Amino acid sequence: MATPILQMQNICKTLSGKEILRSVSLDINRGELKVLIGPSGAGKSTFLQCINYLLTPEHGQIVLEGNIVDTASKKELYSYRQQVGMIFQDFNLFDHLTALDNVAIALRKVKGMSKKEALDIAHKELDRVGLSDKGNLYPAELSGGQKQRVAIARALAMEPKVLLLDEPTSALDPELVGEVLSVIRDLAKEGLTMIMATHQMDFARALADEIVFMQQGEIIERGSPASLLKEGSGTRTADFCNKLSDMCEEID
Amino acid sequence: MLEQLAVVLDALPYILQGALVTLGIVGGAMSLGLVMGIPMAVGLVYGPRFVRFILGIYVWFFRGVPILTLMFLFYFGIFDLLGLNLSALSATAIVLGMTSAAYQSQIFRGSIEALPQGQLKASRALGMSDMQGVCSIILPQALRLSIPGWSNEFSIILKDSALAYVVGAMDMFTRTHFVASRTYEHLTLFITAGAIYFIITMVGVKLLLTLEKKVRIPGYTT
Repeated sequence: MATPILQMQNICKTLSGKEILRSVSLDINRGELKVLIGPSGAGKSTFLQCINYLLTPEHGQIVLEGNIVDTASKKELYSYRQQVGMIFQDFNLFDHLTALDNVAIALRKVKGMSKKEALDIAHKELDRVGLSDKGNLYPAELSGGQKQRVAIARALAMEPKVLLLDEPTSALDPELVGEVLSVIRDLAKEGLTMIMATHQMDFARALADEIVFMQQGEIIERGSPASLLKEGSGTRTADFCNKLSDMCEEID
Repeated sequence: MLEQLAVVLDALPYILQGALVTLGIVGGAMSLGLVMGIPMAVGLVYGPRFVRFILGIYVWFFRGVPILTLMFLFYFGIFDLLGLNLSALSATAIVLGMTSAAYQSQIFRGSIEALPQGQLKASRALGMSDMQGVCSIILPQALRLSIPGWSNEFSIILKDSALAYVVGAMDMFTRTHFVASRTYEHLTLFITAGAIYFIITMVGVKLLLTLEKKVRIPGYTT
């Protein structure tokens, strides 16, 4: 079997005195989609941010395509981050730039492209997420779903080897969730390697290669959606999902 | 009445030349304050502890000591000690500029801290260095938010520039004072000078307001 494209080994992270991640390890193969689920406070978001070194783990290492990432070298860190894209819950678009420039700026600043080259790619990426007509609008003029799609286009423009998604639909109005999920679905079908934290269980069930259940900073269970979510399987994951859907029914 | 008008008209070109000197001092001081204030603000927000400490002392000192005291301290003391032979005009601009840097750094710091910091995180996630993130994402937005505070700072420095008088720079105030002591027409002359200060403030503030509107981000409200 080929080496996993990305390996997280024994990641530990403490934030303001509290142990958030307790030696978490996870491998992902090329083209896989792994879905992180678990109650809030489980460490999913911290884990994703550690994978991209937006937070520096106290222990553990990350191996990209067989090479240990050396974070002591700024240059290597920046180049690593280019290869591992990140989508945030609250989009984090650059508010002073149009949708096109949001996508183009890192191409120019990081990849050193000319303005024209960068904008050409930006046009293509916006087209890919279905926003070719919104290129000249500013983030404040876009809906939440459109903002998140711009954020996805911005990450894709860097041609990442792995894309991390931190609850990409949690900040969206319910009717806007679908448009973002369908973009992510297309990416999964195109074979982009992704690790995604989400509460969208139907999505996870349909598309995940593996569901990873986290609780209190540890991976408690993992397995294919079919095996973990099977009716009467008695797994923590199934239990958690039932609670989620019970909650939805109560609200409805 | 006519007599007084004649004195003012007679002195006006001389006073207006002083207004140019005043504008020079304000321009120099604001620019120096800007050039120093921006990196200071970045240091105050993102710098390591000792950088923040040093900058904190700088701000504390220049905000804590009266400008008049600073003028004397630098013009007759420190500049002399350093062997700098500065004209009264540049000395005034530099002292006001260093003071303004302390205030401007706080204006920019406030604006930087008002921005959602997730954007810096996003720039890092794209592989940008912190320097690139701050320069191309944070500052363009922070500077926009700073224009109202900056317009305040402009009107304050304009008036502080009259302190040039104490070191003998020939600004608008000093010239008006000279003419007044010669002609004894204090009232009319200082009304004239006051009106010119007022007009400069008004025009400057209006220009900055226009700039603020021009660079406003469409759809953006905070």
